[in-house]
Order: sequence, then C-alpha cells, then structure tokens
Amino acid sequence: MTLDSNVPGGPLAEKWDRHRFESKLVNPANRRRYTIIVVGTGLAGASAASSLGELGYNVLSFCIQDSPRRAHSIAAQGGINAAKNYQNDGDSIHRLFYDTVKGGDYRSREANVYRLAQLSVNIIDQCVAQGVPFAREYGGMLDNRSFGGAQVSRTFYARGQTGQQLLLGAYQSLMRQVEKGTVRSLPNREMLDLVLVNGQARGVIIRNLITGELERYAADAVLLCTGGYGTAYYLSTNAVGSNVTASWRAHKRGAYFANPCFTQIHPTCIPVSGSAQSKLTLMSESLRNDGRVWVPKNPGERRPPQQIPEEDRDYYLERRYPSFGNLVPRDVASRNAKAVCDEGRGVGESGLAVYLDFADAIKRLGLEVIRGRYGNLFDMYTKITDEDPYRLPMRIYPAIHYTMGGLWVDYNLMSTIPGLHVLGEANFSDHGANRLGASALMQGLADGYFVIPYTLAHYLAGSTLPAVSVDHEAFREAEAGVQGQIDRLLAVKGSRTPRQLHRELGQVLWDNVGMARSEASLRTALARIPQLREEFWQNVSVPGPKNNLNKNLEYAGRVADYLEFAEVLTLDALHRTESCGGHFRDESQTPDGEAQRDDENFSYVAAWEFQGVGKAPALHKEPLTFEYVKPTQRSYK
Amino acid sequence: MRIFLKVWRQASPDAQGRFVDYTAEDVSPDMSFLEMLDVVNERLIMQGEDPIAFDSDCREGICGTCGFMVSGIAHGPDPGTTVCQLHMRRFKDGMRLTLEPWRARAFQVLKDLVVDRSAFDRIIQAGGYTSVNVGGAPDGNAVLVGKTASDKAMDSAACIGCGACVAACKNASAALFTSAKISQMALLPQGQVERFQRVVKMVDRHDEEGFGSCSNEGECEAVCPKEIPITNIARMNREYFRALLFSRD
Repeated sequence: MTLDSNVPGGPLAEKWDRHRFESKLVNPANRRRYTIIVVGTGLAGASAASSLGELGYNVLSFCIQDSPRRAHSIAAQGGINAAKNYQNDGDSIHRLFYDTVKGGDYRSREANVYRLAQLSVNIIDQCVAQGVPFAREYGGMLDNRSFGGAQVSRTFYARGQTGQQLLLGAYQSLMRQVEKGTVRSLPNREMLDLVLVNGQARGVIIRNLITGELERYAADAVLLCTGGYGTAYYLSTNAVGSNVTASWRAHKRGAYFANPCFTQIHPTCIPVSGSAQSKLTLMSESLRNDGRVWVPKNPGERRPPQQIPEEDRDYYLERRYPSFGNLVPRDVASRNAKAVCDEGRGVGESGLAVYLDFADAIKRLGLEVIRGRYGNLFDMYTKITDEDPYRLPMRIYPAIHYTMGGLWVDYNLMSTIPGLHVLGEANFSDHGANRLGASALMQGLADGYFVIPYTLAHYLAGSTLPAVSVDHEAFREAEAGVQGQIDRLLAVKGSRTPRQLHRELGQVLWDNVGMARSEASLRTALARIPQLREEFWQNVSVPGPKNNLNKNLEYAGRVADYLEFAEVLTLDALHRTESCGGHFRDESQTPDGEAQRDDENFSYVAAWEFQGVGKAPALHKEPLTFEYVKPTQRSYK
Repeated sequence: MRIFLKVWRQASPDAQGRFVDYTAEDVSPDMSFLEMLDVVNERLIMQGEDPIAFDSDCREGICGTCGFMVSGIAHGPDPGTTVCQLHMRRFKDGMRLTLEPWRARAFQVLKDLVVDRSAFDRIIQAGGYTSVNVGGAPDGNAVLVGKTASDKAMDSAACIGCGACVAACKNASAALFTSAKISQMALLPQGQVERFQRVVKMVDRHDEEGFGSCSNEGECEAVCPKEIPITNIARMNREYFRALLFSRD
C-alpha cells in the first residue's frame, strides 16, 4: 500500500483554504443521520465531539474516566501557543510554522504544521469566548510568556493550569451538546476493539468498566482521540490510566503505526524517589523562563546548594547555548541533564538530578511576582519533596512525557483504515521528532475544533456507507475476540501482578530505548520484551470478578498491549540509525555531542504495518519534502 | 513504617458493605497515600484476592478522580491536598486509619471506595458554559477583562470536581462545586449574557440530583483540595436572588 498524505496542491499558505473549498459538505439536514463515535475526551476528543454535535451529527462520546472532564489533558500546565503577535515581538504564522518544523527536527509534514500555525489564532478566540480565564495584563489584554524553542512570547496561559482550563472549556461545550441531545456521553467505558465492515471503520467493542459487560456500538466513522503511549515506560508524567490499548488494537486491525521511536523526555520533572513510585510529576517548562539550571562543577560535590559559590557552579545550558540558554528545546535540555549526571555531577541522593534555581529571579523580581507566576507549581513541589523551592533550588530530572509518534494519518487526519480518524497526541502528524512546549494543547484543539469538522464531512459525503447493525458478523467476531482475551487473562492465575511486569518492561525501555539508544541497547530490549510477554501470559495474576468493576483486570489488558507495542517501538528505534529530536542514537552525533540527522537516508515517516504478535511488522515509508524550511543542523547556540 | 487500615469493602452497589482490616507493611515516608494502597493491593493480588477498588488517574492533584475519607476527613488531614498528593510522612508508625467512600445520597457507592459522581456532570450540563459554537468567536483581545476579575474567575475555575465538598457536608450539599462554576462565569464578561438563566438552571438541577442545601457550616471549604472559598456560595445565592428579581425570561 502506498501512503498518500493527500496534501492539497498550491502554495503553502493557501492549501488549507483551498482544501476547505474543495472538500465535500454534508447538508445540515442530513448530518443527524450520521453517527460518529469519538473515543477519548481530552482536548482533541472533547473538542471534536462538541464541534460535531454543534454541527448536528449524532455523536457517541466514550471515555475510560468516570467523567469526560478528567482526561489527562487536564494535567497540562504551562500554556498554549498561538501566532497572535500580541506582543509585537516579531511573531507570525510563518514563524510559528518555522519554529515547529525546526523544533521537530525536520521530521514533520510542512503542510500539516502550517495549518496548525494558522489555526492557532482561532483557538485562542474560541477559548476566550468560552470563558477560559487566561492570564491578563492590568489593562485587560491577554498576557503571554515565552517557552522553550522560541524567541518570541506567544504562549497563552491560565496560571499553571492551562490544560485544566482549556479542557474544562471543551468539556463544558460537550456537556452543552449532551443537554441538547446531539452527543451521548458514555463514561467508564474502554474501547477494546475496532470493528471493520467492508474495510471501513464502522464500530467499536466497548467494555463497560462498572458492570464488566461488553457492549457493541455501530457508526459511520470512528475518531480515536486516546492520547499517547508514554505509559509503556511505566514511570512517566502521564496519568496512571493513560494507555496505548485503543491505538494498539486499531493497529492490529490495519492502522499503521508511525514513528513510534519519537518519544519526548521532558527535562523538568521531580526525580524518582522510591521503588513504590507510581508516576513522575512534571514541573512546567515555563519554570525555565525564570529558573536557572545548574550542577556543581566538580563531580562528588557534597555541599548543600546554597553553600556552593558561583565559581563552583556550572550553568551548563547558558554556557553551551548562549542564545537560547535555559530555554533550549526539551530534547536538548534532557540530553544535557543526562550528560552532566553521567559525568558524576548530578545532585540529590541518587545523583540523578540537576538544580533549577530561582534565587536570581526572586532577587530580581521579588518573591510575590514569582509566587504569582509559579505558586501552584512550587506548592506541588513542596508537597511531593518536602522542600521549599523559594529557599532551595528545585531538583529536577527528565522523564517520559509525550509521544510524537502515533497512528499514521493523512492531511485529513484519516488513518490507513477508511473512516478511522485519529486526533491529538494519538496521531503522529505535527511535531516531527520533538514537540515544542505549549504545542500539544494547540494541536489537540486544532484537530478537534477546526480540522475534523471539515475533513470528516468530506469523508462522509464521499463514501458509500451501507447501514450496519451491531448484529453484523463483524461485531460478533470482534466481541468474541475481546471476550476470549479477558477469559485468558483470568485463567492464568499466576503469581505475578500486572504492575510488577509493567514495571519490569518500563525499566527495560527506559534503560535501552530512553534518552540515548544504541544498536546494542536496542537489541538487548528486543531480546527481553518477548521473554516478558511470555512471562506475563504464563504467570500473571488477575483475581476478582469479570462482570463487575475490576481495575486490575482493566490494567492487565493494557499491560498485555504494552508488551506487544514495545517491540514495534524498539524496532523503529533500531531501524532509524540517525539521531533526530527525541530519538538520540549514540552512533550518530556531531563532534560536540549534538544529534546528527541523516537526511539523505531518513527524511521519511516510518509507518509500520502489523503482521502478527512477535512477527516483524512491515515498514512503509512516506517521504518528507521540505519546500519552505530548508533542513539544517538544528542549532540553539 | 507500618500502618493499620480499616477499609470499607462493598462488592457492588446493591451488596452489603463492611469494614475489613489490612496492614500496610514497609511503608516509606516518601510514598504517596495511594502508593501505600498500591502496595497493599499488590499483596492481595499475589494472594489471589480481589484488590481494594479506589479511583485515581493523574496522581498529581488536578484530575479530581481520587478521593475518599481518611479517618473521617475528605482527602485526609493535609489542607489543600488531594489524597494522591498526601504523603505518608504525614503519618506515624503504627497509626490506625479508617478509609471510607464519599457518602452522599447523590453519590452511589459502586465498589469499595469508588462512587458515582455523574450528578456533577449533569449540573454542568444544565448551564455551566457559555453558549457559543465554534466558528464565530471575535478576537481574543476584543473584550478586555480586568486582571482582578480574571484572577478571581480563575480562583473559582480551579475546582477539580472531586466531590470532597459533598462528602464533608452534613447535608451532602454540592453548593461549593455548583457555585464555583457560577462564580467563574458571573465574574467574566463572557458569562453575562446567560447570567440569569445559568444560575437558576444549575441550582435547580443541583436540587433535583438529590444534593442537600447549604447551611453555612464551611466544612466544604475546609476540605477542598483547591481551597475554593465559601464566598462562592454567597455569590451564588446573590446571583440566584438577582435572577429571580430581575430576570425577564
């Protein structure tokens, strides 16, 4: 199968307009005849479901949480980018586009990124109209801050809870549609399979997480808005319920998985403290606006931070990257933190941490200004570590945070399965090999509010969609498969918990497919993963009822999927022998240790086709061409 | 440390519940409360027993999924803290703790410490939004919002919808939750158009869902993990009377 990105012709700046005009439409009176399934209620899912409801489609909205308001977008802290140029500091749509393509290390599609930059300005307007309480200047105008990878201030924010406020805005719009009857909200439900009829995505098999019953839903199209796969690493900044299951099961039905090795490791997280730790907590990147990152100059330094004089401190980001300083992109910041810790200059008990110091900013701006900007983040840090960042520098370390890879989609956000659309973090399209800060919220909302209403109509109006009922053979077959897996999980009755096996897998991935990867480390992981999968199916313990709320059973099913998915992730990392963005291969670096791309051989999207569990997936390539931003060695010096 | 737990176990909404004793061994002070429960559950799973069901997701205090009573206090003894951010350093070796689900007529117990909070969604459904479709929004700076109003609106908007306010209230009232959303919208210019209808619809829905009335004890404010102040309830009442007096709809 050839991968056609369906990018419209014409000059970059006119592509989206032109595409909207050329797309087919669905008559308003006919929209209610179409049923659309939206899985997930994060920024992408909630905004898609509410927008489609507003247009008059019959929408079924599913989420695994007990309310759509709890999807993990809620935890995003720092902000959302938009090319408004309210600060008069040289921003423009083209600059946001340029920064995003460059920040993604030239592994994203130019046309998609340009559209994202164009739509960014509409998102802010929409959210303001919804009553999102963005930060304001004293004169009443919207306030901005700057973020990593950019030299302009284009990030809009609501204290350190921007994701929460944007999600609640989308959730409230969704609830408005529920009240109107266009959207049916179905929380506490997990998608366990995708149903294809005549090769088109026509429904889902859902497990009701309260009753344990399997339910069938038919539709004319399915939208997956189910987030990333960072939890494959066990410890990550994702919610403990975030998972790869919906994406993975769609992959097993024929949706290609693109660039899974592009994982983002966020530089500013609270370091690991003990073996019972269930997740890592992110400290927003916005902290790097005012905080200075440093480690002691000498390995083995034992003095507490406040007693280490200036001349014995190494502000290594400011030293190595004078023009971007502490605001280098995430991949660069993370790799440098690892490098100084590998040199033995890490701080804290484990030696796996660096300082993020606010002493200078407090001196310059005063305590109250810092409290106003970061108060809730500082409180969170204090709660977790029992230390006061107003007096002592924070200790931070990188952690898995976001995944740029995801299901392959074309310009219309449609996967390789007709009718299956993928939005937000779950798709691969806009961030290339590295995502810039404050761009995830932008992409989720652009996909849901402004892209899918057009591209979905185009699909529906241009497709033959015969009526399908849930009694169709394809539903029966899919449900039997899901039931079979649940029965197998319950039947093992072994002695190891899903969590133990998940933690082991996570350690294998972090050690071998983490911040730096080599052929040897990747081969180690590839040998270990099938063994863990075998161990899981021989020895997992899943007690408790099948037909009732059973969180351990839900979790076991997700761990089973990580154990399959991890192999594709590792294979992708092995095949891509270049370094780019968040994917750093030891074998491919510049003399001064920066990532060395190989545009001649790897300027493409790697899309993997499922061939069976434990079998090597087939690789398909979508070549990337750059007409408007010429790929160069990324430099932040 | 070792902690002795008395935990409410209830197999399903209709089943009879009861307290069961567990001992959490080898608890480290850096663990969060939920990580301590994870460890207890790991042992139960290895013994082939049904683990204790409790809700949690982000584990950083923002999603509002977690929450239960720790020895009679919603989210436990630390002020301004969800139970996922409560750390074991707060407790002493050998302490006895009782864990119970939120108890309220409008929150049915689903299993063990998990309750049904869908009534909150239905309150928002009644009017917790501005009725604007995607498409026609004016420029973000077209309407100026004073910093004070915006900051106050944000204080109210910080509610995470966990339900602690209901659990702590002797009347099982959701007045703090409902008033936080009403306040956010009443304080912002964007919320003015539907100001009267919103407060009436949301308050009516709150009552229909079976939540009790507010009698100004302030228990909700005391346990709220986001420290949403009770002045929101005063504002809601003011808004409600204003709507009754001046609404022309």
